[in-house]
Amino acid sequence: MFDCSVNPAVESGMEAHNKTPVVLLSCGSFNPITNMHLRMFELARDHLEGSGQYTVVKGIISPVGDSYKKKGLIEATHRLEMARLATESSDWITVNSWEIDQPQWLETVKVLRHHSEELRAVGKKGDEVDLDKYGKKRRVSRSRLSSSPQLQRVVPQVMMLCGADVLESFGIPNLWKPEDIVEIVGRYGVVCITRSGNNIHKFIYQTDVLWKLCRKIHVVHEWVTNDISATHVRRALRRGQSVKYLVPDPVLSYVQEHNLYSSESENKNADVVLAPLQINSGASLS
Amino acid sequence: MAHHRIPLVLLACGSFNPITNQHMRLFELAKDHMHRTGKYQVVGGIVSPVSDSYGKQGLVPSKHRIAMAKLALQSSNWVRVDEWESQQQDWTETVVTLRHHYGRILEEYKQNTGAHTNSSGNTAPLTSPSLSLKLLCGADFLNTFQIPGLWLDEHVDEVAGQFGLVCISRGGLQPERTVHESDILSRHQQNIYLVKEWVKNETSATEMRRALRRGLSVKYLIPDCVIDYIHQHSLYTEDSERKNTGAVLRPLTKQVYQPPVDSVDD
Repeated sequence: MFDCSVNPAVESGMEAHNKTPVVLLSCGSFNPITNMHLRMFELARDHLEGSGQYTVVKGIISPVGDSYKKKGLIEATHRLEMARLATESSDWITVNSWEIDQPQWLETVKVLRHHSEELRAVGKKGDEVDLDKYGKKRRVSRSRLSSSPQLQRVVPQVMMLCGADVLESFGIPNLWKPEDIVEIVGRYGVVCITRSGNNIHKFIYQTDVLWKLCRKIHVVHEWVTNDISATHVRRALRRGQSVKYLVPDPVLSYVQEHNLYSSESENKNADVVLAPLQINSGASLS
Repeated sequence: MAHHRIPLVLLACGSFNPITNQHMRLFELAKDHMHRTGKYQVVGGIVSPVSDSYGKQGLVPSKHRIAMAKLALQSSNWVRVDEWESQQQDWTETVVTLRHHYGRILEEYKQNTGAHTNSSGNTAPLTSPSLSLKLLCGADFLNTFQIPGLWLDEHVDEVAGQFGLVCISRGGLQPERTVHESDILSRHQQNIYLVKEWVKNETSATEMRRALRRGLSVKYLIPDCVIDYIHQHSLYTEDSERKNTGAVLRPLTKQVYQPPVDSVDD
Protein backbone atom coordinates (compact mmCIF):
# COMPACT_ATOMS: atom_id res chain seq x y z
CA MET A 1 0.00 0.00 0.00
CA PHE A 2 0.97 3.64 -0.38
CA ASP A 3 0.32 4.38 3.23
CA CYS A 4 3.61 4.82 4.98
CA SER A 5 2.21 6.67 7.97
CA VAL A 6 0.75 3.58 9.58
CA ASN A 7 2.21 2.60 12.90
CA PRO A 8 5.16 4.96 13.12
CA ALA A 9 5.72 3.89 16.71
CA VAL A 10 6.80 0.43 15.69
CA GLU A 11 9.21 1.75 13.10
CA SER A 12 10.94 4.23 15.31
CA GLY A 13 10.91 2.00 18.36
CA MET A 14 9.97 4.89 20.63
CA GLU A 15 9.19 4.15 24.22
CA ALA A 16 6.06 5.29 25.97
CA HIS A 17 7.88 7.76 28.21
CA ASN A 18 9.28 9.91 25.45
CA LYS A 19 6.23 10.63 23.41
CA THR A 20 6.47 13.73 21.27
CA PRO A 21 4.10 16.45 22.42
CA VAL A 22 2.00 17.79 19.58
CA VAL A 23 -0.09 20.91 19.07
CA LEU A 24 -2.68 20.62 16.32
CA LEU A 25 -3.34 23.74 14.28
CA SER A 26 -6.41 24.05 12.09
CA CYS A 27 -6.67 26.97 9.68
CA GLY A 28 -9.81 27.80 7.74
CA SER A 29 -12.82 30.04 7.38
CA PHE A 30 -14.92 28.55 10.20
CA ASN A 31 -17.87 30.28 8.56
CA PRO A 32 -19.43 29.05 10.81
CA ILE A 33 -17.64 26.47 12.90
CA THR A 34 -19.52 23.14 12.83
CA ASN A 35 -19.45 19.97 14.88
CA MET A 36 -17.39 18.41 12.11
CA HIS A 37 -14.54 20.89 12.60
CA LEU A 38 -14.47 19.95 16.27
CA ARG A 39 -14.80 16.26 15.50
CA MET A 40 -11.63 16.41 13.36
CA PHE A 41 -9.63 17.40 16.42
CA GLU A 42 -10.98 14.45 18.41
CA LEU A 43 -10.24 12.02 15.58
CA ALA A 44 -6.73 13.38 15.14
CA ARG A 45 -5.94 13.17 18.84
CA ASP A 46 -7.21 9.59 19.13
CA HIS A 47 -5.17 8.60 16.09
CA LEU A 48 -1.89 10.26 17.13
CA GLU A 49 -2.09 9.09 20.72
CA GLY A 50 -3.15 5.63 19.58
CA SER A 51 0.13 5.36 17.68
CA GLY A 52 1.94 5.45 21.01
CA GLN A 53 4.36 8.01 19.65
CA TYR A 54 2.62 11.30 20.39
CA THR A 55 0.75 13.06 23.07
CA VAL A 56 -1.56 15.83 21.90
CA VAL A 57 -1.35 18.73 24.32
CA LYS A 58 -3.43 21.37 22.59
CA GLY A 59 -5.58 22.19 19.61
CA ILE A 60 -5.65 25.62 18.01
CA ILE A 61 -8.38 26.93 15.76
CA SER A 62 -7.13 29.84 13.70
CA PRO A 63 -9.87 31.49 11.66
CA VAL A 64 -8.76 33.23 8.48
CA GLY A 65 -8.88 37.03 8.26
CA ASP A 66 -11.50 38.95 6.27
CA SER A 67 -8.89 39.77 3.64
CA TYR A 68 -9.05 36.16 2.45
CA LYS A 69 -12.01 37.36 0.34
CA LYS A 70 -13.87 34.10 0.17
CA LYS A 71 -17.45 34.21 -1.05
CA GLY A 72 -19.93 34.54 1.78
CA LEU A 73 -17.20 35.08 4.39
CA ILE A 74 -18.74 37.04 7.24
CA GLU A 75 -16.79 39.32 9.59
CA ALA A 76 -13.94 37.72 11.50
CA THR A 77 -15.23 39.00 14.83
CA HIS A 78 -18.36 36.87 14.45
CA ARG A 79 -16.45 33.82 13.25
CA LEU A 80 -14.02 34.16 16.11
CA GLU A 81 -16.77 34.51 18.68
CA MET A 82 -18.64 31.48 17.35
CA ALA A 83 -15.46 29.40 17.49
CA ARG A 84 -14.92 30.53 21.08
CA LEU A 85 -18.45 29.55 22.01
CA ALA A 86 -18.08 26.20 20.27
CA THR A 87 -14.89 25.31 22.11
CA GLU A 88 -16.12 26.28 25.56
CA SER A 89 -16.98 22.66 26.28
CA SER A 90 -13.55 21.37 25.27
CA ASP A 91 -10.67 21.15 27.71
CA TRP A 92 -7.97 21.16 25.05
CA ILE A 93 -9.20 22.92 21.89
CA THR A 94 -8.55 26.67 21.85
CA VAL A 95 -9.19 29.58 19.51
CA ASN A 96 -6.47 31.98 18.48
CA SER A 97 -7.00 35.40 16.93
CA TRP A 98 -3.43 36.08 15.80
CA GLU A 99 -4.18 35.27 12.17
CA ILE A 100 -7.25 37.50 11.93
CA ASP A 101 -5.40 40.31 13.68
CA GLN A 102 -2.92 40.53 10.80
CA PRO A 103 -3.46 43.41 8.37
CA GLN A 104 -3.53 41.12 5.35
CA TRP A 105 -4.09 37.52 4.42
CA LEU A 106 -1.25 35.26 5.46
CA GLU A 107 -0.02 32.02 3.98
CA THR A 108 -0.75 29.05 6.24
CA VAL A 109 2.96 28.35 6.58
CA LYS A 110 3.39 31.72 8.29
CA VAL A 111 0.68 30.84 10.79
CA LEU A 112 2.45 27.55 11.49
CA ARG A 113 5.77 29.40 11.94
CA HIS A 114 4.19 31.89 14.32
CA HIS A 115 2.70 29.23 16.58
CA SER A 116 5.84 27.14 16.43
CA GLU A 117 7.98 30.13 17.47
CA GLU A 118 5.55 30.99 20.22
CA LEU A 119 5.82 27.48 21.64
CA ARG A 120 9.60 27.57 21.41
CA ALA A 121 9.67 30.88 23.30
CA VAL A 122 7.45 29.44 25.99
CA GLY A 123 9.66 26.34 26.15
CA LYS A 124 12.77 28.48 26.68
CA LYS A 125 11.16 30.22 29.62
CA GLY A 126 10.64 26.82 31.11
CA ASP A 127 6.95 27.37 31.61
CA GLU A 128 4.17 25.01 30.98
CA VAL A 129 2.46 25.22 27.67
CA ASP A 130 0.20 28.20 27.89
CA LEU A 131 -3.37 27.06 27.76
CA ASP A 132 -4.58 29.77 30.09
CA LYS A 133 -4.96 32.41 27.46
CA TYR A 134 -8.40 31.31 26.42
CA GLY A 135 -9.61 30.00 29.71
CA LYS A 136 -8.25 26.48 29.47
CA LYS A 137 -6.40 25.34 32.54
CA ARG A 138 -4.48 22.24 31.78
CA ARG A 139 -0.92 22.05 32.86
CA VAL A 140 1.30 19.94 30.77
CA SER A 141 3.45 18.05 33.19
CA ARG A 142 6.74 19.81 33.87
CA SER A 143 8.56 16.57 34.18
CA ARG A 144 7.85 15.78 30.59
CA LEU A 145 8.45 19.18 29.12
CA SER A 146 10.93 21.13 31.12
CA SER A 147 12.24 19.56 34.28
CA SER A 148 15.61 18.48 32.97
CA PRO A 149 17.45 21.59 31.79
CA GLN A 150 20.56 19.64 30.84
CA LEU A 151 18.55 17.81 28.21
CA GLN A 152 17.09 19.64 25.33
CA ARG A 153 13.62 20.74 26.27
CA VAL A 154 10.86 19.07 24.37
CA VAL A 155 8.98 21.83 22.65
CA PRO A 156 5.67 20.65 21.26
CA GLN A 157 5.66 20.05 17.58
CA VAL A 158 3.01 21.98 15.64
CA MET A 159 1.17 19.95 13.02
CA MET A 160 -1.37 21.15 10.53
CA LEU A 161 -4.76 19.51 10.93
CA CYS A 162 -6.90 19.39 7.80
CA GLY A 163 -9.38 17.44 5.75
CA ALA A 164 -8.46 15.52 2.63
CA ASP A 165 -9.87 18.36 0.51
CA VAL A 166 -7.18 20.72 1.81
CA LEU A 167 -4.40 18.24 1.14
CA GLU A 168 -5.80 17.74 -2.35
CA SER A 169 -5.88 21.50 -2.87
CA PHE A 170 -2.06 21.33 -2.88
CA GLY A 171 -2.57 20.29 -6.48
CA ILE A 172 -4.49 23.42 -7.49
CA PRO A 173 -2.22 25.79 -9.44
CA ASN A 174 -1.32 29.05 -7.67
CA LEU A 175 -3.22 28.26 -4.48
CA TRP A 176 -0.07 27.16 -2.65
CA LYS A 177 3.57 28.04 -3.21
CA PRO A 178 5.62 24.87 -3.81
CA GLU A 179 8.17 25.84 -1.17
CA ASP A 180 5.34 26.38 1.34
CA ILE A 181 4.08 22.85 0.74
CA VAL A 182 7.56 21.47 1.41
CA GLU A 183 7.82 23.45 4.63
CA ILE A 184 4.31 22.68 5.87
CA VAL A 185 4.68 18.96 5.32
CA GLY A 186 8.41 18.48 5.80
CA ARG A 187 9.08 20.75 8.72
CA TYR A 188 5.78 20.60 10.59
CA GLY A 189 3.76 17.64 9.43
CA VAL A 190 0.15 17.18 8.51
CA VAL A 191 -2.70 15.25 10.07
CA CYS A 192 -5.25 14.63 7.37
CA ILE A 193 -8.75 13.35 8.09
CA THR A 194 -10.21 11.36 5.24
CA ARG A 195 -13.53 9.65 4.56
CA SER A 196 -13.44 5.93 4.04
CA GLY A 197 -14.24 6.10 0.33
CA ASN A 198 -11.72 8.81 -0.46
CA ASN A 199 -8.37 7.73 -1.81
CA ILE A 200 -6.01 10.28 -0.39
CA HIS A 201 -3.19 7.74 -0.45
CA LYS A 202 -3.37 7.71 -4.21
CA PHE A 203 -3.17 11.50 -4.31
CA ILE A 204 -0.08 11.40 -2.10
CA TYR A 205 1.44 8.71 -4.31
CA GLN A 206 0.78 10.75 -7.44
CA THR A 207 2.30 13.94 -6.05
CA ASP A 208 6.10 13.77 -6.01
CA VAL A 209 6.69 16.21 -3.19
CA LEU A 210 4.11 14.56 -0.94
CA TRP A 211 5.38 11.09 -1.75
CA LYS A 212 8.88 12.15 -0.68
CA LEU A 213 7.55 13.53 2.60
CA CYS A 214 4.82 11.01 3.21
CA ARG A 215 6.25 9.93 6.55
CA LYS A 216 5.18 13.35 7.81
CA ILE A 217 1.57 12.91 6.67
CA HIS A 218 -0.68 11.17 9.15
CA VAL A 219 -3.79 9.93 7.42
CA VAL A 220 -6.74 9.38 9.75
CA HIS A 221 -9.71 7.41 8.52
CA GLU A 222 -13.06 8.72 9.57
CA TRP A 223 -15.11 5.55 9.63
CA VAL A 224 -18.25 7.30 10.76
CA THR A 225 -18.78 9.84 8.03
CA ASN A 226 -20.03 13.13 9.32
CA ASP A 227 -20.17 15.41 6.36
CA ILE A 228 -21.25 18.69 7.92
CA SER A 229 -19.81 21.40 5.71
CA ALA A 230 -20.08 25.04 6.68
CA THR A 231 -21.46 25.65 3.18
CA HIS A 232 -24.34 23.32 3.94
CA VAL A 233 -24.96 24.97 7.29
CA ARG A 234 -25.09 28.44 5.69
CA ARG A 235 -27.46 27.18 3.01
CA ALA A 236 -29.81 25.67 5.58
CA LEU A 237 -29.68 28.83 7.70
CA ARG A 238 -30.58 31.21 4.90
CA ARG A 239 -33.42 28.88 3.92
CA GLY A 240 -34.73 28.84 7.45
CA GLN A 241 -34.04 25.13 7.98
CA SER A 242 -32.85 23.63 11.21
CA VAL A 243 -29.13 23.17 11.83
CA LYS A 244 -29.57 21.98 15.39
CA TYR A 245 -27.16 19.14 16.23
CA LEU A 246 -24.91 20.18 13.32
CA VAL A 247 -23.43 23.14 15.16
CA PRO A 248 -23.15 23.51 18.94
CA ASP A 249 -26.23 25.10 20.57
CA PRO A 250 -24.38 28.25 21.76
CA VAL A 251 -23.27 28.87 18.15
CA LEU A 252 -26.82 28.45 16.93
CA SER A 253 -28.07 30.99 19.47
CA TYR A 254 -25.34 33.42 18.42
CA VAL A 255 -26.24 33.06 14.74
CA GLN A 256 -29.90 33.74 15.47
CA GLU A 257 -29.17 36.62 17.80
CA HIS A 258 -27.02 38.38 15.20
CA ASN A 259 -29.01 37.29 12.15
CA LEU A 260 -25.80 36.11 10.59
CA TYR A 261 -26.39 34.11 7.44
CA SER A 262 -28.66 35.43 4.71
CA SER A 263 -28.73 35.56 0.91
CA GLU A 264 -27.11 38.94 1.26
CA SER A 265 -24.20 37.73 3.35
CA GLU A 266 -23.69 34.84 0.94
CA ASN A 267 -23.07 37.30 -1.89
CA LYS A 268 -20.22 38.97 -0.10
CA ASN A 269 -17.00 38.77 -2.13
CA ALA A 270 -18.99 37.15 -4.95
CA ASP A 271 -16.76 38.41 -7.73
CA VAL A 272 -13.52 38.80 -5.84
CA VAL A 273 -10.48 36.62 -6.48
CA LEU A 274 -9.23 34.70 -3.42
CA ALA A 275 -6.25 36.41 -1.80
CA PRO A 276 -3.81 33.51 -2.35
CA LEU A 277 -4.68 33.40 -6.04
CA GLN A 278 -4.10 37.15 -6.33
CA ILE A 279 -0.76 36.93 -4.61
CA ASN A 280 0.60 33.72 -6.06
CA SER A 281 -0.29 34.30 -9.69
CA GLY A 282 2.06 37.27 -9.98
CA ALA A 283 1.07 38.09 -13.56
CA SER A 284 -2.41 39.09 -12.52
CA LEU A 285 -1.36 42.60 -11.52
CA SER A 286 -3.25 45.04 -13.62
CA MET B 1 -56.50 32.30 3.57
CA ALA B 2 -57.89 29.97 6.19
CA HIS B 3 -55.93 26.96 5.16
CA HIS B 4 -55.73 24.62 8.10
CA ARG B 5 -52.70 22.51 8.61
CA ILE B 6 -53.07 19.11 10.23
CA PRO B 7 -51.34 18.96 13.61
CA LEU B 8 -48.72 16.25 13.41
CA VAL B 9 -46.83 14.35 16.09
CA LEU B 10 -43.75 12.33 15.11
CA LEU B 11 -42.96 9.10 16.95
CA ALA B 12 -39.57 7.40 16.78
CA CYS B 13 -39.24 3.82 18.03
CA GLY B 14 -35.90 2.12 18.51
CA SER B 15 -33.24 1.01 20.93
CA PHE B 16 -31.63 4.42 21.52
CA ASN B 17 -28.63 2.48 22.79
CA PRO B 18 -27.44 5.19 23.23
CA ILE B 19 -29.29 8.16 21.76
CA THR B 20 -27.06 10.13 19.35
CA ASN B 21 -27.15 13.57 17.76
CA GLN B 22 -28.19 11.80 14.57
CA HIS B 23 -31.39 10.48 16.19
CA MET B 24 -32.35 13.99 17.13
CA ARG B 25 -31.29 15.29 13.74
CA LEU B 26 -33.91 13.00 12.15
CA PHE B 27 -36.61 14.89 14.05
CA GLU B 28 -35.32 18.26 12.85
CA LEU B 29 -35.14 17.10 9.24
CA ALA B 30 -38.61 15.57 9.40
CA LYS B 31 -40.09 18.70 10.93
CA ASP B 32 -38.65 20.97 8.24
CA HIS B 33 -39.81 18.60 5.51
CA MET B 34 -43.35 18.18 6.81
CA HIS B 35 -43.76 21.92 7.20
CA ARG B 36 -42.73 22.35 3.60
CA THR B 37 -45.56 20.11 2.42
CA GLY B 38 -47.89 22.91 3.50
CA LYS B 39 -50.26 20.29 4.90
CA TYR B 40 -48.89 19.66 8.34
CA GLN B 41 -47.93 21.56 11.44
CA VAL B 42 -45.49 19.51 13.51
CA VAL B 43 -46.58 19.99 17.12
CA GLY B 44 -44.47 17.40 18.91
CA GLY B 45 -41.98 14.59 18.79
CA ILE B 46 -41.80 11.45 20.90
CA VAL B 47 -38.78 9.23 21.47
CA SER B 48 -39.96 5.79 22.57
CA PRO B 49 -37.12 3.47 23.61
CA VAL B 50 -37.81 -0.24 23.21
CA SER B 51 -38.21 -2.42 26.30
CA ASP B 52 -35.45 -4.68 27.60
CA SER B 53 -37.31 -7.78 26.42
CA TYR B 54 -36.54 -6.88 22.81
CA GLY B 55 -33.48 -9.14 23.08
CA LYS B 56 -31.11 -7.14 20.93
CA GLN B 57 -27.39 -7.68 21.34
CA GLY B 58 -25.68 -5.15 23.59
CA LEU B 59 -28.95 -3.57 24.75
CA VAL B 60 -28.32 -1.88 28.11
CA PRO B 61 -31.17 -1.60 30.67
CA SER B 62 -33.97 0.74 29.65
CA LYS B 63 -33.57 2.90 32.77
CA HIS B 64 -30.21 3.99 31.38
CA ARG B 65 -31.47 4.42 27.83
CA ILE B 66 -34.38 6.50 29.10
CA ALA B 67 -32.12 8.60 31.32
CA MET B 68 -29.74 9.29 28.44
CA ALA B 69 -32.56 10.22 26.07
CA LYS B 70 -33.99 12.60 28.66
CA LEU B 71 -30.62 14.27 29.14
CA ALA B 72 -30.11 14.55 25.39
CA LEU B 73 -33.53 16.09 24.80
CA GLN B 74 -33.22 18.70 27.53
CA SER B 75 -32.16 21.16 24.88
CA SER B 76 -35.10 20.46 22.58
CA ASN B 77 -38.30 22.42 22.96
CA TRP B 78 -40.49 20.01 21.02
CA VAL B 79 -39.17 16.45 21.29
CA ARG B 80 -39.56 14.44 24.50
CA VAL B 81 -39.07 10.92 25.81
CA ASP B 82 -41.95 8.59 26.62
CA GLU B 83 -41.43 5.60 28.90
CA TRP B 84 -44.64 3.71 28.18
CA GLU B 85 -43.15 1.29 25.66
CA SER B 86 -40.06 0.57 27.75
CA GLN B 87 -42.22 -0.16 30.78
CA GLN B 88 -44.27 -2.90 29.13
CA GLN B 89 -43.56 -6.41 30.37
CA ASP B 90 -43.05 -7.81 26.92
CA TRP B 91 -41.83 -6.27 23.70
CA THR B 92 -44.59 -4.20 22.11
CA GLU B 93 -45.38 -4.20 18.41
CA THR B 94 -44.73 -0.77 16.94
CA VAL B 95 -48.34 -0.58 15.78
CA VAL B 96 -49.51 -1.09 19.36
CA THR B 97 -47.23 1.72 20.52
CA LEU B 98 -48.63 3.94 17.77
CA ARG B 99 -52.23 3.12 18.80
CA HIS B 100 -51.42 3.86 22.44
CA HIS B 101 -49.92 7.25 21.69
CA TYR B 102 -52.58 8.18 19.19
CA GLY B 103 -55.30 7.49 21.73
CA ARG B 104 -53.46 9.50 24.32
CA ILE B 105 -52.69 12.57 22.22
CA LEU B 106 -56.16 12.56 20.67
CA GLU B 107 -57.59 12.72 24.19
CA GLU B 108 -55.27 15.61 25.04
CA TYR B 109 -56.14 17.35 21.82
CA LYS B 110 -59.88 16.96 22.37
CA GLN B 111 -59.58 18.32 25.87
CA ASN B 112 -57.57 21.31 24.68
CA THR B 113 -59.84 22.19 21.79
CA GLY B 114 -62.96 21.23 23.77
CA ALA B 115 -61.99 23.52 26.60
CA HIS B 116 -61.48 26.25 24.08
CA THR B 117 -64.87 26.04 22.38
CA ASN B 118 -67.09 24.20 24.81
CA SER B 119 -66.16 24.09 28.45
CA SER B 120 -68.74 21.47 29.50
CA GLY B 121 -68.52 18.66 26.99
CA ASN B 122 -65.46 16.61 26.16
CA THR B 123 -67.34 14.85 23.36
CA ALA B 124 -67.53 17.95 21.21
CA PRO B 125 -67.09 16.92 17.59
CA LEU B 126 -63.81 17.74 15.99
CA THR B 127 -64.28 20.30 13.29
CA SER B 128 -60.68 21.22 12.67
CA PRO B 129 -58.34 18.98 10.71
CA SER B 130 -57.86 15.73 12.52
CA LEU B 131 -54.72 14.98 14.43
CA SER B 132 -52.01 12.94 12.82
CA LEU B 133 -49.37 10.66 14.33
CA LYS B 134 -46.67 9.35 12.06
CA LEU B 135 -43.80 6.98 12.57
CA LEU B 136 -40.42 8.64 12.07
CA CYS B 137 -37.64 6.39 10.93
CA GLY B 138 -34.33 6.14 9.12
CA ALA B 139 -34.07 4.27 5.85
CA ASP B 140 -32.48 1.27 7.56
CA PHE B 141 -35.66 0.96 9.58
CA LEU B 142 -37.73 0.93 6.40
CA ASN B 143 -35.67 -2.05 5.27
CA THR B 144 -36.73 -4.04 8.33
CA PHE B 145 -40.19 -4.32 6.77
CA GLN B 146 -38.57 -6.77 4.37
CA ILE B 147 -37.07 -9.06 7.02
CA PRO B 148 -39.23 -12.18 7.20
CA GLY B 149 -41.03 -12.59 10.50
CA LEU B 150 -40.11 -9.20 11.92
CA TRP B 151 -43.36 -7.56 10.90
CA LEU B 152 -46.87 -8.94 10.41
CA ASP B 153 -48.37 -7.82 7.12
CA GLU B 154 -51.48 -6.41 8.77
CA HIS B 155 -49.26 -4.35 11.06
CA VAL B 156 -47.29 -2.90 8.18
CA ASP B 157 -50.61 -2.14 6.53
CA GLU B 158 -51.88 -0.33 9.60
CA VAL B 159 -48.63 1.55 10.29
CA ALA B 160 -48.36 2.83 6.72
CA GLY B 161 -52.08 3.18 6.05
CA GLN B 162 -53.64 4.43 9.28
CA PHE B 163 -50.69 6.39 10.59
CA GLY B 164 -48.08 7.01 7.93
CA LEU B 165 -44.31 7.12 7.75
CA VAL B 166 -41.70 9.84 7.58
CA CYS B 167 -38.49 8.24 6.45
CA ILE B 168 -35.10 9.96 6.34
CA SER B 169 -32.76 8.48 3.77
CA ARG B 170 -29.16 7.95 4.77
CA GLY B 171 -26.05 7.02 2.88
CA GLY B 172 -26.56 4.58 0.06
CA LEU B 173 -29.88 3.08 1.03
CA GLN B 174 -32.69 3.47 -1.42
CA PRO B 175 -35.97 3.95 0.37
CA GLU B 176 -37.78 4.51 -2.94
CA ARG B 177 -36.80 1.01 -4.00
CA THR B 178 -37.90 -0.48 -0.68
CA VAL B 179 -41.32 1.10 -1.08
CA HIS B 180 -41.50 -0.01 -4.69
CA GLU B 181 -40.61 -3.59 -3.85
CA SER B 182 -43.27 -3.91 -1.17
CA ASP B 183 -46.89 -4.27 -2.28
CA ILE B 184 -48.20 -3.04 1.05
CA LEU B 185 -45.91 -0.01 1.21
CA SER B 186 -46.60 1.02 -2.38
CA ARG B 187 -50.33 0.80 -1.71
CA HIS B 188 -49.85 3.53 0.90
CA GLN B 189 -47.27 5.51 -0.99
CA GLN B 190 -49.12 8.82 -0.55
CA ASN B 191 -48.80 8.35 3.19
CA ILE B 192 -45.06 7.70 3.12
CA TYR B 193 -42.87 10.80 3.18
CA LEU B 194 -39.31 10.24 2.06
CA VAL B 195 -36.88 12.91 3.20
CA LYS B 196 -33.45 13.23 1.62
CA GLU B 197 -30.66 14.02 3.98
CA TRP B 198 -28.05 15.91 2.02
CA VAL B 199 -25.49 15.90 4.77
CA LYS B 200 -24.04 12.44 4.89
CA ASN B 201 -24.06 11.26 8.46
CA GLU B 202 -23.21 7.71 9.35
CA THR B 203 -23.37 8.11 13.09
CA SER B 204 -25.06 5.00 14.42
CA ALA B 205 -25.51 3.75 17.96
CA THR B 206 -23.54 0.63 16.96
CA GLU B 207 -20.56 2.78 15.95
CA MET B 208 -20.88 4.80 19.15
CA ARG B 209 -20.76 1.64 21.28
CA ARG B 210 -17.78 0.40 19.31
CA ALA B 211 -15.88 3.67 19.87
CA LEU B 212 -16.84 3.80 23.55
CA ARG B 213 -15.66 0.30 24.38
CA ARG B 214 -12.40 1.03 22.57
CA GLY B 215 -11.89 4.21 24.56
CA LEU B 216 -12.18 6.49 21.52
CA SER B 217 -13.82 9.89 21.54
CA VAL B 218 -17.50 10.27 20.66
CA LYS B 219 -17.61 13.96 21.53
CA TYR B 220 -19.74 16.05 19.15
CA LEU B 221 -21.59 12.90 18.01
CA ILE B 222 -23.40 12.43 21.31
CA PRO B 223 -24.36 15.31 23.62
CA ASP B 224 -21.82 16.00 26.39
CA CYS B 225 -24.33 15.27 29.15
CA VAL B 226 -24.96 11.79 27.70
CA ILE B 227 -21.21 11.10 27.45
CA ASP B 228 -20.84 12.07 31.12
CA TYR B 229 -23.69 9.72 32.04
CA ILE B 230 -22.10 6.87 30.09
CA HIS B 231 -18.78 7.33 31.88
CA GLN B 232 -20.41 7.69 35.28
CA HIS B 233 -22.21 4.38 34.85
CA SER B 234 -19.48 2.64 32.79
CA LEU B 235 -22.19 1.70 30.34
CA TYR B 236 -20.65 0.43 27.15
CA THR B 237 -17.96 -2.21 27.52
CA GLU B 238 -17.01 -5.47 25.86
CA ASP B 239 -19.13 -7.15 28.52
CA SER B 240 -22.24 -5.10 27.90
CA GLU B 241 -21.90 -5.73 24.18
CA ARG B 242 -22.10 -9.48 24.80
CA LYS B 243 -25.53 -9.13 26.38
CA ASN B 244 -28.23 -11.06 24.51
CA THR B 245 -25.62 -12.66 22.26
CA GLY B 246 -27.28 -15.44 20.38
CA ALA B 247 -30.73 -14.45 21.63
CA VAL B 248 -33.56 -14.36 19.13
CA LEU B 249 -35.22 -10.99 18.73
CA ARG B 250 -38.52 -11.01 20.59
CA PRO B 251 -40.61 -10.04 17.54
CA LEU B 252 -39.42 -13.20 15.81
CA THR B 253 -40.75 -15.45 18.58
CA LYS B 254 -43.78 -13.41 19.55
CA GLN B 255 -45.16 -13.18 16.07
CA VAL B 256 -44.88 -16.76 14.92
CA TYR B 257 -43.71 -16.63 11.38
CA GLN B 258 -45.30 -18.92 8.87
CA PRO B 259 -43.25 -19.12 5.72
CA PRO B 260 -45.06 -19.48 2.42
CA VAL B 261 -45.62 -23.22 1.72
CA ASP B 262 -43.63 -23.30 -1.48
CA SER B 263 -40.44 -22.05 0.09
CA VAL B 264 -40.09 -24.60 2.87
CA ASP B 265 -37.72 -26.87 0.99
CA ASP B 266 -34.64 -26.03 -1.02
